[in-house]
Amino acid sequence: MTALTLTNVNKSFGTVHVLKDINIEVNEGEFVVFVGPSGCGKSTLLRTIAGLEDVTSGELRIAGEVVNQTPPSKRGIAMVFQSYALYPHLNVRNNMALALKQAKESKETIEARVAEASRMLSLTDYLDRFPSELSGGQRQRVAIGRAIVRHPKLFLFDEPLSNLDAALRMNTRLEIANLHQQLGATMIYVTHDQTEAMTLADKIVVLRDGRVEQIGSPMELYNNPANQFVAGFLGSPAMNFLPANLLQDGNPNTLGVRPEDLFLSEDGLLQVTSKHVEHLGGDTNVIADCHGHQITLRLFGQHAIDAGQSLRLGIAEGKSYYFDAAGARLS
Amino acid sequence: MNSARANPINTFAMHGALILYTLIALFPVFVILINSFKTRKMIFREPLALPDAESFSMVGYQTVMKQGDFFLYFQNSFLVTVGSLTLILLFGAMAAFALSEYRFRGNMLMGLYLALGIMIPIRIGTVAILEMMVSTGLVNTLWALILVYTAQGLPLAVFILSEFMRQVSDDLKNAGRIDGLSEYTIFFKLVLPLVRPAMATVAVFNMIPIWNDLWFPLILAPAEETKTLTLGSQVFIGQFVTDWNAVLSALSLAILPVLVLYTIFSRQLIRGITSGAVK
Repeated sequence: MTALTLTNVNKSFGTVHVLKDINIEVNEGEFVVFVGPSGCGKSTLLRTIAGLEDVTSGELRIAGEVVNQTPPSKRGIAMVFQSYALYPHLNVRNNMALALKQAKESKETIEARVAEASRMLSLTDYLDRFPSELSGGQRQRVAIGRAIVRHPKLFLFDEPLSNLDAALRMNTRLEIANLHQQLGATMIYVTHDQTEAMTLADKIVVLRDGRVEQIGSPMELYNNPANQFVAGFLGSPAMNFLPANLLQDGNPNTLGVRPEDLFLSEDGLLQVTSKHVEHLGGDTNVIADCHGHQITLRLFGQHAIDAGQSLRLGIAEGKSYYFDAAGARLS
Repeated sequence: MNSARANPINTFAMHGALILYTLIALFPVFVILINSFKTRKMIFREPLALPDAESFSMVGYQTVMKQGDFFLYFQNSFLVTVGSLTLILLFGAMAAFALSEYRFRGNMLMGLYLALGIMIPIRIGTVAILEMMVSTGLVNTLWALILVYTAQGLPLAVFILSEFMRQVSDDLKNAGRIDGLSEYTIFFKLVLPLVRPAMATVAVFNMIPIWNDLWFPLILAPAEETKTLTLGSQVFIGQFVTDWNAVLSALSLAILPVLVLYTIFSRQLIRGITSGAVK
């Protein structure tokens, strides 16, 4: 069954057209990540689904029902915000219970659900604290708890990890992944971080300038990008783009090669000069110059390469992508 | 702690400046207070001397209590000030919330229109206001004063509060909407507590001019039963003879409630600032 269907959704603020003909279908239990550079409309799209913004045209269905006119609290959704957005005047227990109290649930239900959520998120010891007495990670867990207690049809996450430091971000990412497995709930997650997108998603929606660029599983998008934008956006370090005629085959298009698909080879096609070498221990990243174009090469293991060294690079068989001048993929 | 603050010379200079300013600010109040307890002769002979056994006199306070209904004046002033402040803060905050939170046609124009009042002194309209009050039968009622002061205070209140409300996190309000809170609950429970310092500022800015005003009470509500404290004190100031004992005593009494209100609001102000800092 589909948990969420967007049909030709458009959104304008005055004369600014922010979302353009968005069509997305999300199946029940799926973890869908909206990803794109800042300003691509991904947060607006999420807020539209939440009902915090009206759609200008198009149809929005949650669990089969059209919800274009339904207020946010009646849509069966729960949202976790980037800034946590905890109520400063309520303690953790009441922060989580507020929505249920508003929905006039019985006292026992409320207590049971708060207990369940706080056990899942190990917040049991903090129930009587106020948000100002919690650390960043704990606040984010409370925000997630506030979503869980509602048993929503749809979880919405708006860049929930961007305010956390790197170590905590990784832990919380795992927690969210676990949560998704435990609850089996449908989740929609907005981020600009392609690592989060790749690690969490069942399905990624890549957005640019208010348009859907491509929808698919992380590996589909990685291995088979529809255009130059998607190819460049997913993967770290990012895909290299070079004029294809550097290979002297007279091809006028753009060649894309992922850094890990390049290898050192005596009779390689590309002649480059290394400019900077990053030794990461497990990997070695070489940033090199190829006839005035920057190219990144990712080698596994440790390699003794110096800046300024001349290298010849080969491209792994079947791992080159071609894009036309407009950025569309050529097969 | 940074070195500039720890330096004893800097500390001394800073506290010295603050103490000096405090003395200058308190001096008139001090002179009023001490002289209100002295005999008329001693007020003029040695205005700066403290009251002693010889010069001590409560005659001013006795006059104030006897002549005119001082407690009624006091009550009137208090009702007018508190009433006006309540309405200014309530309507000012509501208008500011609407202007800062909702996108609607003419939002900008409405904001400008409401702010225009800051630039036009309300006293220019005195004659028209008086005519209006006469035709609505509000002359010589406290409502006349409350309405005029509310109108006078609203423009600045809307202006200041809408600036502060724009800074309240959108996420917080949206979280409330998703949790099913009504717009009123969001306004009263989430937004107002966060703009409390701004509310206290607006209250303090408006309170003193209203309490001290002589113009509108004199014109709109000069009747005995609606006299405010400032107007009531004027009976002791004559064209030829002024009962200084009574004037000074009345002023001393008038200062007290303002002090109390100010203390309440400034504590709110400080609490608001610190609660914002730890968040």
